[in-house]
Amino acid sequence: MRYLPQTAADRAAMLADIGVKTADDLYKDVPAGMLLTKPVNLPSHQGEYTVERTISALAAQNLHADGAPFFLGAGCYNHHIPSTVDYIIQRSEFLTAYTPYQPEIAQGTLMYLFEFQSYICNLTGMDVANASMYDGATSVAEAVLMAKRVTKRDNVTVVDGLHPQYLDVLKAYLTHSEGTITIGDKADDTTACVVVQTPNFYGEVVDLKPLRALCDKTGALLVVAINEIVSLGMLPAPKEADIVAGEAQSIGVPMSFGGPHLGFFACKEGYIRQMPGRLCGETLDADGKRGYVLTLSTREQHIRREKATSNICTNQGLCALAFTVHLSLLGEEGFKQLARLNHEAACDLADALAKVPGVKVLNKTFFNEFTVELPKNSADVVEALADIGIIGGLALDGNKLLVTATELTTPEHIAAFTAALKEVL
Amino acid sequence: MESAKVHHMTPEQPAFMAKVPNNKALMLDEKLLFEQSTKGRMGVDLPALKGTKSRTGLAERAKVGLPEVSEPQVVRHFVRLSQKNYSIDGGLFPLGSCTMKHNPRLNEKMARLPGFARIHPMQPDSTVQGALALMHDLSHWLTTLTGLPGITLTPAAGTHGELTGMMVIRKAHEAAGKPRKIVLVPDSAHGTNPATAVTCGYTTYPIPTNEKGHVDMAAFTKAVDELGEDIAAFMLTNPSTCGLFEPDIKNIADKLHSIGAWFYCDGANFNAIVGKVRPGDLGVDVMQFNLHKTFSTPHGGGGPGCGPVVVSQKLIPYLPVPRVEKKGNTYSVVTKDATSIGRIKGFNGQFGMMVRALTYMLSHGADGLQKVAEDAVINANYILAHLKDTYHVPFKSTCMHECLLTDKRQKETGVTTMDIAKSLIEHGYHPMTVYFPLVVQGAMLIEPTETETKETLDEFIATMKKIAWDAANGNADALHANPVSAPARRLDEVRAARQPVLRWQTA
Repeated sequence: MRYLPQTAADRAAMLADIGVKTADDLYKDVPAGMLLTKPVNLPSHQGEYTVERTISALAAQNLHADGAPFFLGAGCYNHHIPSTVDYIIQRSEFLTAYTPYQPEIAQGTLMYLFEFQSYICNLTGMDVANASMYDGATSVAEAVLMAKRVTKRDNVTVVDGLHPQYLDVLKAYLTHSEGTITIGDKADDTTACVVVQTPNFYGEVVDLKPLRALCDKTGALLVVAINEIVSLGMLPAPKEADIVAGEAQSIGVPMSFGGPHLGFFACKEGYIRQMPGRLCGETLDADGKRGYVLTLSTREQHIRREKATSNICTNQGLCALAFTVHLSLLGEEGFKQLARLNHEAACDLADALAKVPGVKVLNKTFFNEFTVELPKNSADVVEALADIGIIGGLALDGNKLLVTATELTTPEHIAAFTAALKEVL
Repeated sequence: MESAKVHHMTPEQPAFMAKVPNNKALMLDEKLLFEQSTKGRMGVDLPALKGTKSRTGLAERAKVGLPEVSEPQVVRHFVRLSQKNYSIDGGLFPLGSCTMKHNPRLNEKMARLPGFARIHPMQPDSTVQGALALMHDLSHWLTTLTGLPGITLTPAAGTHGELTGMMVIRKAHEAAGKPRKIVLVPDSAHGTNPATAVTCGYTTYPIPTNEKGHVDMAAFTKAVDELGEDIAAFMLTNPSTCGLFEPDIKNIADKLHSIGAWFYCDGANFNAIVGKVRPGDLGVDVMQFNLHKTFSTPHGGGGPGCGPVVVSQKLIPYLPVPRVEKKGNTYSVVTKDATSIGRIKGFNGQFGMMVRALTYMLSHGADGLQKVAEDAVINANYILAHLKDTYHVPFKSTCMHECLLTDKRQKETGVTTMDIAKSLIEHGYHPMTVYFPLVVQGAMLIEPTETETKETLDEFIATMKKIAWDAANGNADALHANPVSAPARRLDEVRAARQPVLRWQTA
């Protein structure tokens, strides 16, 4: 077996040194009758090309974004990833390293985490960012838990337009704590935080100033959720927020059927010690040279155990590297240009769809996705479009359809989409 | 007398070949990209803008604050950073309880197939039948290997799986009438266990470890008798964090079931028993996997992981959504379920890691996975057999996939576990897990995994003996100073915490 180096002779020699006869002798503490005498009922080992054939056959059954005009977003976006990104993240030293608990031989990981945190701070206008969270949904849930710790209040207000899956995860995470979740834009002196997504689930850009004023009046924290991080190349940094949490998959990370993606978490400086997750910080080594370590870990489960700020341990390290490489390639001007390309593609899509008889664009504002009203049930339309090889967006309740354009959307894709819509409507 | 044994050690330096040449010409200092930025450089070529009028309703952002560098600069930067990292591809990484084993490249290739990497989680089910079939197949493998019939693939990492498992348990108690109050946790447990129990609204009650490194059955029995039906569950890692199989595990399960409590098994160490023992047969009700441990998806410098959870029959109704269902030859995603704990993560979980794990399982097969466990256990015991006369062994027994030593003997000359770890770095190894489990003073937890050769283990053993020899023969100061040849010397962690600098800012 290609991954197992021990030969029969090796095993025999090692067992002799250990002082036992068989490997099973080492399982002596397993209760009687519980040690399996033969392999479980699953297929036997296979060579590389046989496995490759089996797995590739499953991949071949799926309609993927390279093979179809693609207008689906809703928190997971189809963007281009430069070749450099995948080349870097597949380097052994990054791919097969562990969490940087031994900083002397993990400066590579620690330095990119420091750059990642710096990028997230600059994008969001916050003071500090952690080294990543699982995904946007869990990051927003953790933001709410943190707001409850900071304010010592129980109730949560969620402004309509939070991604429905984020709301579901939030509800699950809050199952075992006090307080209520109210959808709306009201707050009072029992409100721990107001959660708002921008651009919201329907694509509408939200002005944060009135919500900031509401939070100032009531003492609630403002949690801003962002699930299309490319929007921050065009929209102002959400500096009104106390916590900005969300999803950064759009930069460097493939859609991969929903994961692994890249949660990010940033906040104002005063809340550092209440933050969840790992933090990388600068320091000096014994020679006085600049170096980096994981720090402030007295918040974390491996030190604080039951008093930890979160139970999170492993996060999305390699996805944070992909993000950092991609954003470094884009740089100041490239990132802003990418955002504008996305917006222009969405404007083109909106104009084209508005010309399809019976289709109405519902948004007043948008970045790269928006909602349209169709003359027919949107779920049926999405199925009909899929049958002719077009991924046509996300069917919302009734006749509404959420559509997305990115820099990868071409005029030909838009033309194919509108032509197909005219057929199926 | 421990101290007498030190003097029995051979006075000659053990046969030892230094692996680290004192040559640093390939070890280059590297600045942050912010410090390399020059206005006007860019690492991408994007199409020209058309100048469409903005429809965002807000003023356009003028400044983001990103560096400006070209593609070759980006490549060189990250390549140089990578050269400051130790990795399993580069050498032995015996980090106990973390399972740093070989990560096959085939798994990477499969996860990158466009039919997996370039599909969206909300596409119509009819367009992703292959992906759903893969999730279904993976579920079949995991439930078969554990003998536990229910499964969710959505948790993002082992700890997230723990949280999910405990939420399922709580929901089951609530459905039965009362949520209960207490979760029993051994004092040797990973910190994630108590942190998870508290997140689910429980208080924890510690169960001590006995002199053999096992659960103290008298204390456990007393706790169950006294706390009775206030106990919701016992979170036990098996094999334990001391690297031992719990001999009383079946009795523990029976005792818990007798008071209607659930048995949560932390599956972080499942790699020691995969294909050899089915946790379901032992009476386990819930277990999370860490696919990045047992099934070799890469750790990636701290994730992404993937933490599927298997459960016994009665807990199936409470598993989170989404779930993959098969009817005839058609797969579909179930997103609504009235009895479920709900959704604990966006979309379908860490699908890319599922592709890697199934690829790994198909490669090994049922027969290979059994060998995986056996060789992992043999390798750990081989190290233990060769180091038990050099280092103090707290629990006198053969071990499972990891062996536990301490610095008790070396401490007599002032050399600590930390010094031993940092000296391993100096000799070209990643250290073992240190100071964990917390119940053992100066713990060193060594997990070689099944993918290391006997020759590698022999070199490692020789290095450990050399460090012990240095400690016993007047070289303690050199050990305190290690590492000296690594990309960085020991770092000032107190300074990092007292004056936190967590981002780059211009002076």
